[in-house]
Amino acid sequence: MGGIVSIISRGFHGRRRDAGDRLPPGQYLVEDFPVLSAGPTPRVPPERWEFAIDTEAGVTHRWTWPEFLALPQERPTVDIHCVTEWSKLDTSWEGVSLDTLFEDVDTAADYALVYSYGGYTTNLPLEDLLDGKAWIVHRFDGEELQPQHGGPARLLVPHLYFWKSAKWVRGIRLLDEDHPGFWETAGYHNYGDPWREQRYEGD
Amino acid sequence: MTAEHLDGNTLAGPLGEIFAVDVTTATGRCANCGLTGPIGSLHVYGPDPGLVGRCPGCDEVILRLVRGPGAAWLDLRGTVTLRVDLPD
Repeated sequence: MGGIVSIISRGFHGRRRDAGDRLPPGQYLVEDFPVLSAGPTPRVPPERWEFAIDTEAGVTHRWTWPEFLALPQERPTVDIHCVTEWSKLDTSWEGVSLDTLFEDVDTAADYALVYSYGGYTTNLPLEDLLDGKAWIVHRFDGEELQPQHGGPARLLVPHLYFWKSAKWVRGIRLLDEDHPGFWETAGYHNYGDPWREQRYEGD
Repeated sequence: MTAEHLDGNTLAGPLGEIFAVDVTTATGRCANCGLTGPIGSLHVYGPDPGLVGRCPGCDEVILRLVRGPGAAWLDLRGTVTLRVDLPD
């Protein structure tokens, strides 16, 4: 619910909703944008960048950087919630909806394993990537997405803890069975809903 | 070049919660490239959401340590062996 509710628009005299309503349990607000990394920052030049969706039937759909930029672009404004307890409201991004990228993808898979340049992975149910809930974004706050924040492009899934929004995203593998990713195999929760405070395995 | 990672010896405290010996002085062998060296020589990223120790030779993950409330998760899959010096 966080992702949908947080796409807001305000009129000139619109009153900002109480930030408390938008803060999941155990979170505090930040104004800066903390950088958390599990490894060296990959440097991926646009001419070598590609994004792929690999289906459970072995079909791969690929986009080069120019092909990706030529797709319809959206500008979501969303709240993001990190499992390390910071939340940031009204972050503005630009990128391509996963609904657009999945338009020609024929799949009956239930699970997705997102993989990144640098080797990071994270898993989530495929339905959490669809129906306006997720994007591949390449701009933040009106500027090119910086490498330390996942540039050239990262996944944005704001309704789950931010470790699911994989930086330096390279592709999505569709799977019939769930395959836990990097942090999900090291004690973090398999799903990671901030509104149910699903931080660690067993929460 | 500015190092993005932390010194490997930052693992001493967190691993000291789990092991009876100082593991940062133990010798590990990287499962990917075979490099051997003290755990304290790893390139460490973190501490949040978890500590990630990477091989200084090939950057592969040697160990991961997540500390939650009431539990720690330690993954040593990137380590072939740990040689720990002990008294006779």
